[in-house]
Amino acid sequence: MLVLGGTYALLGIGLTLIFGIMNVVNFTHGVLYTFGAYIMFIVVQQLGLNFFLALPVAVLAGWLLGAAIELTLLRPLRGSDIDTTMLVMIGAWIAMQSGTLWIWGGVAKSVATPLPEAPLVLGPVSVSWLRLFVLAAAALLILVTYLLINKTSLGRAMRATFQDHDTASLMGVNVDMIYTSTFAIGSSLAAAAGALLGPVYVIFPQMGDLAAVKAFAIVILGGLGNITGAVIGGFILALAEELGAGYVSSGYRDAMGFVIIIAVLIFRPTGLFARAERVG
Amino acid sequence: MRAAVTILVVAALASVPLWLRDPYLLNALITTGIFVVGAMSLNLLLGFTGQLSLGHIAFFGIGAYVSALTSLGFDVGLPGGVRLVHAPWPPIAGFLLAILVAGLCGYFVGLLSFRVRGAYFVIVTISFAEVVRLVALNWVELTQGPLALTNIPSIALPLPGIGELTLRTKMQNYYLVLVVALVAYLLIARLVHSHFGRAMRGLMENETLAVSVGIDVTRTLTLAAVISAAIAGAAGSLYAHYIRIIDPEVFAFINTVTMVIMVISGGKGSLAGPVIGGLIFGLLPVALRPVMAPEAQWIAYGGVLIAILFVLPRGIVPSLAQRFIRPRSGAPALAPVALTETGAKEPA
Repeated sequence: MLVLGGTYALLGIGLTLIFGIMNVVNFTHGVLYTFGAYIMFIVVQQLGLNFFLALPVAVLAGWLLGAAIELTLLRPLRGSDIDTTMLVMIGAWIAMQSGTLWIWGGVAKSVATPLPEAPLVLGPVSVSWLRLFVLAAAALLILVTYLLINKTSLGRAMRATFQDHDTASLMGVNVDMIYTSTFAIGSSLAAAAGALLGPVYVIFPQMGDLAAVKAFAIVILGGLGNITGAVIGGFILALAEELGAGYVSSGYRDAMGFVIIIAVLIFRPTGLFARAERVG
Repeated sequence: MRAAVTILVVAALASVPLWLRDPYLLNALITTGIFVVGAMSLNLLLGFTGQLSLGHIAFFGIGAYVSALTSLGFDVGLPGGVRLVHAPWPPIAGFLLAILVAGLCGYFVGLLSFRVRGAYFVIVTISFAEVVRLVALNWVELTQGPLALTNIPSIALPLPGIGELTLRTKMQNYYLVLVVALVAYLLIARLVHSHFGRAMRGLMENETLAVSVGIDVTRTLTLAAVISAAIAGAAGSLYAHYIRIIDPEVFAFINTVTMVIMVISGGKGSLAGPVIGGLIFGLLPVALRPVMAPEAQWIAYGGVLIAILFVLPRGIVPSLAQRFIRPRSGAPALAPVALTETGAKEPA
């Protein structure tokens, strides 16, 4: 459960940054997640390189693909309404997912890890080494993102753009560059989440669809553009899924994300942790 | 002139089964027609109220399942030891119930749309469709889950004095779909040109102004959602009785996307848009089938959606109409509606 929470948080942070700063409903987020998992597969299984090397490669590849999507599809559409960009992102998502299916086929792939098979036993709890590694890596990436947003000048410019992009632009912030960086960072986080969860489960072209919806649930739960909210939201969603699977039926595990979305938007549309934001 | 064109188009469509003998093409036309009805219903929301419902397939799928279950019968246990048993009814009753139940679901989603707008409304509708899909997948006792509902009976029309006409052949089903599509088209056309239609478009263009001249936002949006969902439910019912087998895959998000592509490419907010877009994108896979692998087709689909949004952001029909048809007095469907018109007709 903790393992899922960490990677869900990564997905959520990526999406909440893009949503909050750029006002783009990013339907390619799930594809980036799938992409990260396939990079893991290529590096480890097909190239035979080190498992631990694959994660930075996936992050970098996600960063590059995200920047490419932003430059080719979103930059020309700057100023169009949110529905148009959303539909363009849907088109990109369909094309890229079908591309994945075309290249690698629909058969699920798995990634072997060098970590010991035997679980780590701590009193009554036993955790597999792989899940522990995934959690640690996710925590590290969350920390890096937090520092990036809060302690660097790029982060300051991003926060300024989030608050008011016109004013930020007047103050000398290169808003175009901020948008591209935001999308690239968000995409690299999604790719990292995919690369981390790929070895835990199996890798297949549609794996990103549910991941994307879960990311949306986390963003709505935590509030727009709220990174802390996304982290907490990630863990809440993971917990809700375990409880849903345990107490309702395991078939409804994946329904929890959707139920949370609908419930939060009906009862508390600003998200659980946001102070005041508009929904309309 | 306009009426003459309409009659010519309808006559041309009605003549198709008389000269088209290829069952594969006729089948493609029937399923395309069903999706065109779905796209028209989506256009009512997307094109005339500006609400992008990306869960529209939920209404279609609910219509399909309600209709199938009504005509097949079911026997399920509810919590508390109650058993719900339903004996099979004629498919035509299923068709009517499908419209009713889908409309009711549209009512609840419509109420929700009053609370959340824009991106949030989109995400709510997607979530709604996914929850319905997961229920259809997991409530095996009712829906057979992934095993699918099979042997769904064909629609039978009761003919007074003669008995029943069961629509089994492709030609019969083609005419059934054509008639339903025409009724849906006329209904939407009538609605859009009514006082209510002007209220919808007024809301889409400037909500604050629309409210200030006395348009009831909740009532207008909810009514639009109900009618749109009911038409989608009718399309779903036709689908269930024509294909005669349905499984939870009917709720797949890609089906909503197909309808959205049909509406956007044809032109949202134009009556003929979803029909033109629907025919193009419904028949495109048939044309592409010999030359492209299915995955490549979907890549092309995504690419075409992006290309249309970049090149023809308003859609095929409005762009062509602007180029070739001069606006006449009496305001065609495409002309922006002045809000003062709505206000002036409002009784004081």
